[in-house]
Amino acid sequence: MAEKKLDLLQGTLDLMVLQTLAAMGSLHGYGIARRIEQASGEAVLLNQGTIYASLVRLQQRGWISAEWGTSDNNRKAKFYSITQRGRKQLAEDAAYWERLSGVMGRVLAMQNEGGDR
Amino acid sequence: MREALARLRSFFRKAPLDRDLEAEMAAHLAFAVEENLRRGLTQEEARRQALVRFGGVAQSQEEHRDARGLPALDVLMQDLRYTYRTLRRDRSFAAVAVLILALGIGANIAVFSVVNTILLRPLPFRDPQQLVWMSSNRGVGGLSAVTYTVSVYEEFLRHNRSFQDVTSYDPFLGDSDYKLTGRGEPQQIAAVPVAGDFFGMLGIKPFLGRLFTPEECRKGGRAAVLLGYFFWQRQFGADPAIVGQAILLNDQPVTVVGVLPASFDFGSVLAPGLKIDVYVPAVMDMLRNAGNTLALIGRMKPGVTVAQAQAEVDILMPQLRAAHKDWYDDYATAMTELKVHVSGKLHRSLVVLWCAVGLILLIVCVNLSNLLLARTAARSKEFAMRSALGAGRGRIVRQLLTESLVLAAGGGVLGLGIAFGATSYLAHQGSTALPLLSTVRVDGAALGWTVAIALAAAVLFGLAPSLRISGGNLQGVLKDSGHGMSAGLTHNRMLATLVVWEVALACVLLVGAGLLLRSFLRLLDVDLGFQPGQAAAIKIDYNDEGKAEKRGPILREILRRVSAMPGVQAAGVADMLPLDRNRNWGLQAKGRVYRKEDFGAAFVYIVTPGYFGAMGMQMRAGRDFNWQDAPKSERVVVINQAAASYHWPGQDPVGRTALVNGKDTRVIGVISDVRESSLEERSGLEMYLPETQADPEGAELVVRSQLPPDTLGASLMRTLRAYNPEQPAAEFRPIQSLVDHAVSPRRFFAMLVAIFAGLGLLLASLGIYGVISYAVTRQTQEIGIRMALGATTERVQLDVVARSMRLVLAGIAVGSVTSVAAGRWIVALLFNTGPNDPAAFAGTVVLLGLVALIAGYIPARRASRIDPMIALRGN
Repeated sequence: MAEKKLDLLQGTLDLMVLQTLAAMGSLHGYGIARRIEQASGEAVLLNQGTIYASLVRLQQRGWISAEWGTSDNNRKAKFYSITQRGRKQLAEDAAYWERLSGVMGRVLAMQNEGGDR
Repeated sequence: MREALARLRSFFRKAPLDRDLEAEMAAHLAFAVEENLRRGLTQEEARRQALVRFGGVAQSQEEHRDARGLPALDVLMQDLRYTYRTLRRDRSFAAVAVLILALGIGANIAVFSVVNTILLRPLPFRDPQQLVWMSSNRGVGGLSAVTYTVSVYEEFLRHNRSFQDVTSYDPFLGDSDYKLTGRGEPQQIAAVPVAGDFFGMLGIKPFLGRLFTPEECRKGGRAAVLLGYFFWQRQFGADPAIVGQAILLNDQPVTVVGVLPASFDFGSVLAPGLKIDVYVPAVMDMLRNAGNTLALIGRMKPGVTVAQAQAEVDILMPQLRAAHKDWYDDYATAMTELKVHVSGKLHRSLVVLWCAVGLILLIVCVNLSNLLLARTAARSKEFAMRSALGAGRGRIVRQLLTESLVLAAGGGVLGLGIAFGATSYLAHQGSTALPLLSTVRVDGAALGWTVAIALAAAVLFGLAPSLRISGGNLQGVLKDSGHGMSAGLTHNRMLATLVVWEVALACVLLVGAGLLLRSFLRLLDVDLGFQPGQAAAIKIDYNDEGKAEKRGPILREILRRVSAMPGVQAAGVADMLPLDRNRNWGLQAKGRVYRKEDFGAAFVYIVTPGYFGAMGMQMRAGRDFNWQDAPKSERVVVINQAAASYHWPGQDPVGRTALVNGKDTRVIGVISDVRESSLEERSGLEMYLPETQADPEGAELVVRSQLPPDTLGASLMRTLRAYNPEQPAAEFRPIQSLVDHAVSPRRFFAMLVAIFAGLGLLLASLGIYGVISYAVTRQTQEIGIRMALGATTERVQLDVVARSMRLVLAGIAVGSVTSVAAGRWIVALLFNTGPNDPAAFAGTVVLLGLVALIAGYIPARRASRIDPMIALRGN
């Protein structure tokens, strides 16, 4: 059996989408989903469909914008790109995640130092 | 905020957004398939893997909708659509439910509007909480006893420290009636003389023109008048140019200085049931020697309480009295908040009314609960099916509550319509002597109340079925055949309990209504001391230049002409009519020693010979007046029985000498006691003086005739005009209308409670019928079996009727106990009727029993007609 894939924490998908768009520029939904999967080393369990709920949410908050366009292989698709407000939000959320993961890392790295109790 | 807006927008653009999403998902899958193909998969496998990676399409769509729109609202819309479909399928149920609710809610809004107007809303004046009503003689006695002289008013105004201002008006309404001439037919109009600062102190701003100037309130000042808004509209066609013009009042030109706003209705606050047309300045110097003529209203300084004002007046009045030897009263004053003075007496009645209408709403809720429960049972398979298809229990309860809310909303809207009709009727009927009633309307507060009670009702009656659904075993229901057998015990017990409660509530209402109605009937049975039937009165006008020598012959001539008219049995003139207006003069037995404060204040009426006969009063001893009682002959008085036994206990007063306002006067007769102030109160001391020997306050011609007043009125007016062309048009009002007016508040409450009781009875009978009928339907098979086994028709009928009777008896038992308590509580509203009045209780029991019989008999008949063969084959 392969190692069980990671379930996504609430809210993490939004952050991943923002980061992907910030890094890659304008992308369509499938592109975003694939990038996230690739970037995570295929470790993230993603029902690709769920990305659309995240996209509409981010759009309504004004963090990303969407536009119908044509892909490289001439297919009509909706392209998303990050907005100025989105970048600000991304910076905030990323900083928060880094702090959190740092703290989690330290806590989990705690060794048995005080002897058994 | 931005997100909420976006969500709201999405909510209304569902279809285009869904299309957009679909196109996006299609593109997504196409990309995925393409990539998989590039990786070398077959077409079929590429597609399969793409779909697997995508996950559930429908699920993603749903997530998408939840994320972008308002999921709660979506569910609500679904529920509403579903409710609409269900109710449309069952139109008769929906109609009955909405109608019942509308009656209950409508009655509640209407009563709330009345309670709000009379009790809760502040008076329509500036800072009304500062206003205080001052009542002399501690508020006891007739109008002359509780009012003040100009001197007292002025002294109190000067010396008090509690009040910013004290204003006054002349409450002897009718004394100052005016004749309006020069504008069509001469007319009698009602006026109130008010102190110069009256309107300013109450915070009333004129609608047009200005208020009185100090100059206009002085003796010999320019004559001025303020018009009431409705009089201005009616009489002058709302012509603003009337301000500044002169009109003829009592043949004197008087300048109209302004028009008061529509919101100011003097009558509705201070003289319920009367309409005041115009306001004139009370010229203090003219009233100075007229005795107690002023009613006082004070405006307390900020921070002063009524108790403080009372404490001050308790000290101040004796001091003032000591300084003024000529005051003939000690003016011990009771201070009451103006609002309490206006509506305090109605507090209990209105609260009772409110409770009655609350009971109606409870009965309505119980009834609907019943209907819905029966429906729920019938729909249990539907719910089981929905549950099997994945609807959570919460979702189904929510659906049920949505249905109740929709029904309640429908009932609320329709009820609002009913209340609107009821309140505008109440506001315009104008004959009920309740304060502020003419200003009753459905306002914002009433709308709020509507929403509150509709919601409360929905939750109340929606709760029982919901609880049942959420508590029930749905799988069991799916399997159960449901029909034909005795229904589940719990279900029946729930329905039965509800009906028992319903009957109990109706029982309380019926007993209450019975007690109030009986009080009302007892009141109508009171011996008035005169015969109101076949007598009517009209205000007449004559010019005697204020001299008794001239007045006698004029009145004698008028009465001669009127008595000669065909159909007239008796005619007489009095300055005031009982139950209408009154005033007091001093009456004592000469030579008897009284307590210092006892002036023997008696109601005084100045009358002509023939008045007693026209009113249908009974002479008990002595003689009536005659035209030989002339200005210069011996002064004479007729007293009533109460005055006779008070001043001459155990003696025959006829022929003795009385002191009337200190003057020697011969008692020539004793007459029946007349209820002068109200039907409830015993008659006070009363005396009658001849028109030729005392100054009257106006003139009412009383005519006794078998002809209806409408017929007689026209020819009477012709007769009066033939004598005096200036005779103003005036209403020829039946004496009975005075009695009606006096009993109108009691009639108002008794009728309303009776209507509510009737409504309660109707609803309770519907409830009984519904439950019994439902039970019969459920037991068709069982009854069929019993009949197949030989049960007779009568036996089956008896069983069903007995079940109905059992419910009602239980309800009566609970209701009677509650009614006894309720009767105690309303004892203050009863008249000559005990709170345990057997007739009211017996009537209630009989009525409820009868209703139970009928409500039980109809389903019983149906049960007895069940054909055993069909019943057994069915299902």
